[in-house]
Amino acid sequence: MSEEPVVSLKAIGKHFGEGATRVDALRDIALDVFPGTVIGLRGPSGSGKSTLLNVIGCITEPNSGSMWLNGELVYDDKWLRSDLRGLRLEKIGFIFQSHNLLPFLNAWENVAIARILAGATKAQARARALELLDYLGVSHRKDAMPGQLSGGEAQRIAIARAMANDPRIILADEPTAALDSQRAGIVMDLMRKVAEERRTAVIVVTHDEKIFNRFDHIFALRDGMLEAPAAKAA
Amino acid sequence: MNLALKDIRHNLGRFLLTCLGLSLLLGIVLAMIGIYRGLILESLGLARAANAHVWVVEGGTRGPFAEASRLPGDTREAIAAQWGVAAAGAVAYQNVEAQHRGAIKRMLVVGAEIGRPGEAPQIVAGRPILRSRYEAIADRRAGLALGEQVKLGRDTFTVVGHTENLVASGGDPVVYITLRDAQKLQFDLTPAATRREAARTQAAGTAAAGGSTDTVNAVLVRLLPGVDAEAFAAGIVRWKQLGALTQSQQEAVLSRSVIERARQQIGMFTSLLMIVSTVIIGLIVYTMTIDKKKSIATLKLIGAPDRRIVGLIVQQALAMGVIGFAAGAVLINLTHGYFPRRLVLEPTDAMVLSGIVLVVCLLASGLGVRAALKIDPASALAG
Repeated sequence: MSEEPVVSLKAIGKHFGEGATRVDALRDIALDVFPGTVIGLRGPSGSGKSTLLNVIGCITEPNSGSMWLNGELVYDDKWLRSDLRGLRLEKIGFIFQSHNLLPFLNAWENVAIARILAGATKAQARARALELLDYLGVSHRKDAMPGQLSGGEAQRIAIARAMANDPRIILADEPTAALDSQRAGIVMDLMRKVAEERRTAVIVVTHDEKIFNRFDHIFALRDGMLEAPAAKAA
Repeated sequence: MNLALKDIRHNLGRFLLTCLGLSLLLGIVLAMIGIYRGLILESLGLARAANAHVWVVEGGTRGPFAEASRLPGDTREAIAAQWGVAAAGAVAYQNVEAQHRGAIKRMLVVGAEIGRPGEAPQIVAGRPILRSRYEAIADRRAGLALGEQVKLGRDTFTVVGHTENLVASGGDPVVYITLRDAQKLQFDLTPAATRREAARTQAAGTAAAGGSTDTVNAVLVRLLPGVDAEAFAAGIVRWKQLGALTQSQQEAVLSRSVIERARQQIGMFTSLLMIVSTVIIGLIVYTMTIDKKKSIATLKLIGAPDRRIVGLIVQQALAMGVIGFAAGAVLINLTHGYFPRRLVLEPTDAMVLSGIVLVVCLLASGLGVRAALKIDPASALAG
């Protein structure tokens, strides 16, 4: 690939506790994720998947190594940017296992809030939200409250929110865990569409074997170490 | 997009119910302040109604509202003869329990001279006392109708007029009768042994004040324009057996001696209620924050700045305070007529309390803000 990686990790380490209670959650992690690719992270519970996602999402500070986001060195044995919140807002989109839509906002407001937080006016944010809902095929549910949405619809709204600020990378934590096979397939298709059409890198943490064949690469984590990518399933 | 407002609308029923509870609490705080104001107004009302410049009382006492004050009945004539006096009237005060329509009513009976300082002011219905005996003017709170008869002591009085909002510091309605009737009433209510002794000394021709029924509790003096009340009072005090208080001194005595403890009591109770309100608002805001833990974590994760999260909590706390206070104020304004004691609701008190409520809300939201700021954005990712 000739493009610069969107995410580049070099020798990332993360441990919790010290001495006898020390647990190495991540050990010497090296990973490059390129624009337009959909990467899977799998592994048993406690293998470090969520910790890795939190490190890439600038939520958890690693203990060692270096990390680049969109070509910018953001971690080199310490955070190099004080404004991690702004970094997340501008460059990273999040999709959660249980959609995490704000229950007091309707569908379009849930998408628009991310734009508003980035400084857009309400009108600009609304226009962007409606465009994304249309793009993801849920514009007819724009005024519905989260409690009125099906699991698949809610997850699509969550994807729209993750895309609201045109992030360079989308981090998804078990996005299909609560969906049946058909809806899980639709959600993965949408993420693929977003990755290819908008050149966004997508990293998905999953246990869901039925979607393993939807990734460009699947990395397995075991005891905090990243194993070589598995061959893409047929 | 106002997140606080959106969240309130989402949980409108619960929010309004919370505001209702708070409004009752703040309504009680307002009522306590209103009761205090009413207490002052009622306590001073009787003294102010006399419309006097100087109160001549028994020497060494602070007047009939603070302690027992007895003067010989002819003191009025002596005072009226002084230079600078426009009018002087003797008054007698007596607390009475009277049977009325099968119930016992407690009243403060004021005996005053017709056409002289101390007689019933501002008659709102009926007429003034015109006959020298057995007519009464009652405050409306006494529940005595015009033309109705009421037995005070051994005599029966006809109510000929009404006053309004004229009660004693204890809240008992005031009933005016003539001084002569009041003196007889005082004598009738005196214990039998004392009455016998008084009758014996009168029969023996002794004019000692202790044995005479011709005693009054104070002489109210209205001065000519330009006469200095304090100087006049100072002149009276030189008489040794007499004391004198200007109107402002009399009001100060009432405020300090009679209602000071009530003021402290109500002030203490109001302060406790405000502390309780602070704790309750704090707990409610904290609970509301914890209920939104996942939403706050999500907002933080997607990049919401802390000020946005703080704004969400503080705005909700302030909204709760404003709505609760407004509802409480409306509630008290609608119901203040049903309170047994007079409630005086002054706009300045309401404004000061609203300011305190806003400060309390800000303080109380601190607990919720602290909890919100401690929420880890990573917790949004946990299933």
